[in-house]
Parts: sequence; C-alpha cells; structure tokens
Amino acid sequence: MFINFFFNLKAHGVPVSLHEWITLHHALSQNLNDCSLTRFYHVARSILVKNEIFFDRYDLAFLDTFKDIETTDEMLEKILEGLKKVKELRLSEEEKRQIDELDLDEVLRNFEEQLRQGHFKNHVGGNRAIGTGGRSTQGAWGYNPAGIRIGQGESRHKRAVQIAEKRSFRNYSSSVTLDTRQMKVALAHLRALLPIGPEEKLNLEATIDATSKNAGEIELIWENKEKKAAKVILMMDVGGSMTPYARMVERLFSAASSQISRFKHFYFHNCVYQDLWTDIERRDSINTGELLKSEDSDYKLIMVGDAEMAPSELTWVNGAVDYWYHNDVPGLVWLQRIREKFRDSIWLTPIQKRAWGYVQTTRMIADIFPMFELTLDGLDDGVKFLMQGKGRIHA
Amino acid sequence: MDFFKGTSDYVLSPELKDNVNVSIALGRPLLVKGEPGTGKTLLAHSIAESVGRPLIIWNIKSTTKAREGLYVYDTVQRLNDARFGDKDITDIKQYIKLGKLGESFAAAEQMVLLIDEVDKADIEFPNDLLNELDEMSFYIPETGETIKAIHRPIVIITSNSEKELPDPFLRRCVFHYIEFPSESLMEEIVYVHFPEIEKKLLRECLKKFYWIRQFDMLRKKPSTSELIDWVQALTVGGISPSKVEKELPFLGTLLKKKEDTDLVAQSSPGHHGFNTSIRTRNVY
Repeated sequence: MFINFFFNLKAHGVPVSLHEWITLHHALSQNLNDCSLTRFYHVARSILVKNEIFFDRYDLAFLDTFKDIETTDEMLEKILEGLKKVKELRLSEEEKRQIDELDLDEVLRNFEEQLRQGHFKNHVGGNRAIGTGGRSTQGAWGYNPAGIRIGQGESRHKRAVQIAEKRSFRNYSSSVTLDTRQMKVALAHLRALLPIGPEEKLNLEATIDATSKNAGEIELIWENKEKKAAKVILMMDVGGSMTPYARMVERLFSAASSQISRFKHFYFHNCVYQDLWTDIERRDSINTGELLKSEDSDYKLIMVGDAEMAPSELTWVNGAVDYWYHNDVPGLVWLQRIREKFRDSIWLTPIQKRAWGYVQTTRMIADIFPMFELTLDGLDDGVKFLMQGKGRIHA
Repeated sequence: MDFFKGTSDYVLSPELKDNVNVSIALGRPLLVKGEPGTGKTLLAHSIAESVGRPLIIWNIKSTTKAREGLYVYDTVQRLNDARFGDKDITDIKQYIKLGKLGESFAAAEQMVLLIDEVDKADIEFPNDLLNELDEMSFYIPETGETIKAIHRPIVIITSNSEKELPDPFLRRCVFHYIEFPSESLMEEIVYVHFPEIEKKLLRECLKKFYWIRQFDMLRKKPSTSELIDWVQALTVGGISPSKVEKELPFLGTLLKKKEDTDLVAQSSPGHHGFNTSIRTRNVY
C-alpha cells in the first residue's frame, strides 16, 4: 500500500524507520485520517517525521508520491465549481417537517447516484439534485436537516498537495546557512560537547568512617561528582567580508559561553597573526604566542571565518589586510602553529562547500584545518568530528 | 476519533487537534515542539480539561534522572528511622515514593501526564524511559512489585529543541511542531484572553507586534505570552490605539534586552525596519 511513499521519503533523506511506517498503518486502519488526503498528510507527518528540519523534504516526497492523485477533496472542488451561490432558501415550518422525514442512508444513496449521473452542473433550487439553495438532500446554502453539506463556509483544511507544494518549511531545512532563528538549534548541536550535570552521591566509605568515629551516630557524607568539563576556544573572523555574519556568530558565542564551563573566545580579521583580540571592536588583544604556550592542548578549537582573502595575507610577512598592522610571521604559519597546538580543531565557514575550490585561500586553509559549513548539518558534522577525536588523525 | 475537542480558552489549529487525537488513539506520547511561548505547556492543560482527566505535571530540570519519575527509595529516611528505632522499618514499601510517571500509572483512572521540557535533562534521559513509556509498566526490585498502568495515561512531552532527542525515543512518539501563529490566528488567541478588547487597539497591537518580530537583529523575539502581557498592560493603562500607533508604550513587556529596546526605538515608527542595510548606509 503506497509503499512508494516510504521509499520516496528515504530517498529524500527523511529518516523513517519501519517501526514508524507500521505505526502509520495502525493509524490508517483505525481511520484516524478520516479518509481525507489532507488529514493523511498531517497524520503521516506527525508519525513519520520527528524533526521540523525534515518537513521540507517530507513535502517533496509527498509531492513525488501523491502529485497526480485524484482525491475526494478534488472531486469536491469539481462539484463546487458547478455550483453557484444563491440566496438562502427559506421554508415554512410545514415544509421543514416533510423534509425531516428523510433518513440519512437514503440521502447518501441518492447523493452517490446524483454524482454518478453528473447532475450537479449549475443547479439552483429544486428538490432532488445537487445544487444550491434548494431543498434537495445535497448541496449548499439550502435547507435539509438530513442533507449533505458540500463546501459551505470555508474549508478549514487546505488541500494536502497544495500544502506540500507551498513548502512553507523550506527555511527550517538543515542545509540553509544559519540564520538567527536557527541559532538555538545550532547551539543544541554545540551542546553535544557538553558536560553531564553534577551528581550527589553517598560516599559509603567516608560515611562508615565518620559514623564509627561518631560512636555509631550516623553521619552521612555526600560527595559531588565532578563535572565533565568541555573546554572550548572559539576564534572568529570579524570585519570585512565576515561583517554580515559577525553578529550571528557573536550570538552563538554569548549563548555558548553560559553552557561550557571553560570557554574562551577571540577575534581576528581574515587571518590570525601575533595578536588575538578579546573584543569584537578589536581594541584589547592578547599575544597569540603566549596563548599557545599557556593553554592546555586539550581545548577544542572552533575557528569561524570565511577563509576568503588575498593569498598574500596568508603567505607574506606584513601581509595583513590592515595597513597599520605589521606581522613578522606569515598568517599561514600562525594557523599551522595553532593547529599543531590544538589537534581537536575545526574551521567553520559560511561559504557553501561547492564554492570552496574556487578560492585559493580557502583551499589552503582547508589543507590545515578540517573545514565544515556553518549550517546545521555542517555544525553537526563538525561537532561530531570534534567529539570523536577525528581532528587528531586529520592530516 | 474525537477524544480531544479543544477548550474555549485555548485556540488550536485543526492539525494539532488531529495529531492529539492520533496520539491518544494510538496510545503513544505526543511530542510537541515549537518556539517558546507558543502554548506547548498550555496544550496539556487544555487536553486534561477537554477529556476531563486530572493532569500530572513532571517538570524536567538539568539534574532530573529518569528513575525519579518512576520511584524514589528513601534509604536515608529508613536509616534515620532505624537509628531511633521508633518505627517499624521492615516494611520497605513505606520508603518507596512513586514519581510522577509512577503516579500516573498507579492511578485508578486515566491521567494526563505532561513531561515538560524533556530536552533540559541529560541526553540519555529519554532513552531511560523508552521501555516504561512503551509498556507503561516498571518493576521495583526493592519490593518485588510491578507497577503497571491500569489505564494508559495520555502523555504529552514538550521540547524546546535545546538538545537533540535520541532516535529510538522519537520513533515511539507522535510529533507536532507548533508554528508561530499567523496574524489572524493570533487575533483569535488574544480575543480568548481579552474578550472585551477594542478591535482597533488589538489591530494596532498586532501590527506593531509583527513589525517588531520582523527585526532580524533582535536578541530575543517577543512571543505570544509577551504579547498578551503587553496587551494587558495597555488595557489596564487605558492607552488609546492612536497612542500605540505613534509610540510604543510599555515596550519593556515585549522586549527584555536593552539592545533590543534601543534597536526598536531607533527605527522610525513609519515601519521602516532598522536593519543591516539601513545601518550600513549610515556608516558610509
């Protein structure tokens, strides 16, 4: 039964399992979708898709599978096209009573009969056929208590295929470069780095000791398990081509700093030289060499920058983009030093992966640092990469 | 399948209603995600009211352990009691205290259980509850007892997507993502809270509210609950719609950060967003 849909979902990269597919069939066997494709769209989505970032792909898979399907919703529309709205019908009490006597089964039978014969084109008034303002048992804006109402008032559901076509969840898709709305979600991914909360635990030996010393008076000794601390350094490119991203990443910083117990962040412009700035306006700085000497090498380092600059900024002495700034050591060497110190490091860039090859400096930096896109997917991969310690084996 | 019909004080979309009913019919937990302030927690209250069942709320914190939801064996109390010998301590049962999940299983009638902000807890937390939520039963080794749900509780789980939830857990849930309400739905929502509100004032408030939400640079976008606070402040203060149009009184109820307030204050009331492009123009 429309098993295609399952494979289409898989093909579009929605992680569906057989477990969920079977659950969906349970739901269908109970007719929870009420025989409507629109409700099927929502019911199936609620059971099959568990993250809003996949809603867009779900829409695509849904379109692929059900694009050309003829649904009752569509049939309804066809009927409605044939109907014209007319003034509401008013009946006397006597007439109403007569109509009351019809029973619903009969009505339904009649409805199907009418439908088959196509008696619904521009039908106004009348007692039997589908139409508007009449006393027949089907149609709209008429009067019959046992009747079938078609399309009166506005349907609260939009057609499923139309909803899917709108693809309103495109922005939630995980391959879009991070915007502010997704900041929180992105942080969630960073949080995979994070510590497990403190735990209170009864220290049995110390308790027994203390109790014996206390002549049998029970003395409880609790101990606090130490937090597993994640140590993170973020270095971020500000100014120039990174300006549009600066605020965004700054937010990532400020939110992240409350999460991670030991967290340091620094700024640079295009490339790192002997100074690293500690504020975004680049007024206060520390010495990069000092930092490399004094910090433990078990920090996880995340560099954020577009890695797009003139090659001279990387390779020349005094190549820094700011004319007032002089560097005795080329930026590339500084990057290599940093990389050697912090083996668990990645570089995040807002530039799309397919564009990396076109910029020389991006290629050069990607040779030094494992590079990831600054998207939810990229961040996810990057954090996983860090957690698994793959940074150590990266060339 | 109309277990849940909605209540008069909670405006909900038909899709959400359907999804609630699907989760009840299938006996599976409903996982609700969405921006803060979109009424995730209130949904559970509304469900409980609609189906006429008591609501049990289990608030999750970063230190919450899955086991606490089932039961707690108060060994320290027992030790203390043993020390003074004034109580019979052979009956372990009196030191077993059922947690929220345990309570909802043991209850004589069907319960609505809200597990609030499940993503606050440790990443392994949902996994520890898999079997319990599947079978709706658990075993207490200390007493050799098995607590089994007489009536499967209706379980609502909310998440702010601070942490990823594990796949095996997700597989067992029905999922609904609450989108931020559109302007017309928002109008309905505010009406539910303030049936007496002037139409003109409400229009003006919503216009301003959605205008403020458009700012990309905001640290924290105002949400539904903040809008409701704001509208309340305006009605209590007796502010006229024309004043709301010209200035933004009580902005502090909508925006909680100084940077945000400054940003909005700098923007012209003529609905030109003070966004990056305009700022760049000022610089050069």
